[in-house]
Amino acid sequence: MKVLVPVKRVLDYNVKPRVKVDGTGVDLANVKMSMNPFDEIAIEEAVRLKEKGVATEVVVVTIGVPKAETDVLLTARAMGADRAILIATEDEVEPLAVAKLLAKVAEEEQPGLVILGKQAIDDDSNQTGQMLAALLGWPQGTFASKVEISGDRVAVTREVDGGLETVDLKLPAIVTTDLRLNEPRYATLPNIMKAKTKPVAKKTIADYGIDVTPRLKTLKVVEPAKRTAGVKVGSVDELVEKLKSLGVAK
Amino acid sequence: MKTLVWVEHDNSHVKDATLAAVTAAAKLGEVHLLVAGSGCAAVADEAAKIEGVGKVHLADDAAYGHALAENVAPLIAKLMDSHDAVLFPATTNGKNIAPRVAALLDVMQISDILSVEGPDIFTRPIYAGNAIATVQTSDKKLVITVRGTAFAKAATSGGSGTVEAVSGEGDKGISSFVGAEIAKSERPELTSAKVIVSGGRALQNSENFHSVIEPLADKLGAAVGASRAAVDAGYVPNDYQVGQTGKIVAPEVYIAIGISGAIQHLAGMKDSKTIIAINKDEDAPIFQVADIGLVGDLFKIVPELTEKL
Repeated sequence: MKVLVPVKRVLDYNVKPRVKVDGTGVDLANVKMSMNPFDEIAIEEAVRLKEKGVATEVVVVTIGVPKAETDVLLTARAMGADRAILIATEDEVEPLAVAKLLAKVAEEEQPGLVILGKQAIDDDSNQTGQMLAALLGWPQGTFASKVEISGDRVAVTREVDGGLETVDLKLPAIVTTDLRLNEPRYATLPNIMKAKTKPVAKKTIADYGIDVTPRLKTLKVVEPAKRTAGVKVGSVDELVEKLKSLGVAK
Repeated sequence: MKTLVWVEHDNSHVKDATLAAVTAAAKLGEVHLLVAGSGCAAVADEAAKIEGVGKVHLADDAAYGHALAENVAPLIAKLMDSHDAVLFPATTNGKNIAPRVAALLDVMQISDILSVEGPDIFTRPIYAGNAIATVQTSDKKLVITVRGTAFAKAATSGGSGTVEAVSGEGDKGISSFVGAEIAKSERPELTSAKVIVSGGRALQNSENFHSVIEPLADKLGAAVGASRAAVDAGYVPNDYQVGQTGKIVAPEVYIAIGISGAIQHLAGMKDSKTIIAINKDEDAPIFQVADIGLVGDLFKIVPELTEKL
């Protein structure tokens, strides 16, 4: 079974985003970009499935700037993906359009399973996996903390509001990863060197005949209302007084 | 505009998260509800009493019993023939189903809205709440998830909606529910609690978490939350997690104990009315957002505080 893993290049999660003064977006010039953390977990899961002999091949795909080839796709291959597909574009592509492109890739590649991150930490949409599942007519196991394949089924344990729930899905299926699914491995230097020899297919959006015109127009981006530091109290008694004045304690 | 709201329920009662979505929907136009489930007629009757609700669509079928997106999304897509917008509370069910509906309708979903600025204009957080984007949609049908803490809750009485049965395609046969492990708690639900006491990695272990955090929470009638570090270290189950990848809360009072205040955690609680931080590190980022801070050893402070309340 082939596993397809879509990945996204995003502002590194340790970097505090700065909103541009003209309100057009977040400043991404000269800041560290990395693979979306949820996508690293997706690759790790796919590679583990391969190591268990369940998956035969792990293919990663990204839609984004050509530079994504040297950073995120290299990391993905160094973590154990067999080959990569880069769909190059300078424009931002919305989850619906990403899902449509991925549906085309899935038709070509015929994976038994697609594993995506549950959300990208830049747009925080949490949509692409579900949309891809809808377009392909496949079942979805979102927010997965455990994935078990047996025969033509996959049991996915999902993180839901009240705790955990398990669903049984018919393959081919879509899984989106939650943080607790696994601990991604580091790409070691020898593996990074080796990864450079693994193939990358370079495509453009035009190759897939998908209209990616945005449906949402960003009118402005602003910083959220700032909270300011309040007062520090010196003792528990003062804190008790404060809680009483807030009406929390009697 | 005719709007449809997905009712989040536990088969006997409407969950609070629904009420914020109703308020958001009312800003767009006439509010209809969808109660989908198995044996959930009582929920529909309760939903009909929510203030401002017109029609309640009741889809009572075994196929909708566990809100499986594969079965529910086509039902909602069909109801969208006669509605202009569908709103979901941004619960795990809402986040699971809404994008599937959007793709079936070929529209872009708008996630986690904070406000309705016009019939096609909304604000939403991006970058873990570090920026707020105002977006305008060009889609004819709207699919939206609503951040529960950003809207007031609609009143649960005063409405006089009518219940109408609807049916969809039933079970698509590609997914099934196996089972659930639901954490039991007698404390208030995290997302609707007025007071939250939250613990972090500094609690060191599960025993400390229970013996230090919980007595204080019980004294205050508060819900218990946790940082991701505390959850990952296994001190408490993951549904306690407050943050970008956990629950988003905005209580009256949020008490952060032994939590440093990483971006990811702040994204989940920085809209709380009053934030109180107890931490031994006076440079911890949490103090930059806390209204009231106390620097010191939580193992001394918290029991003393519990004692004095």
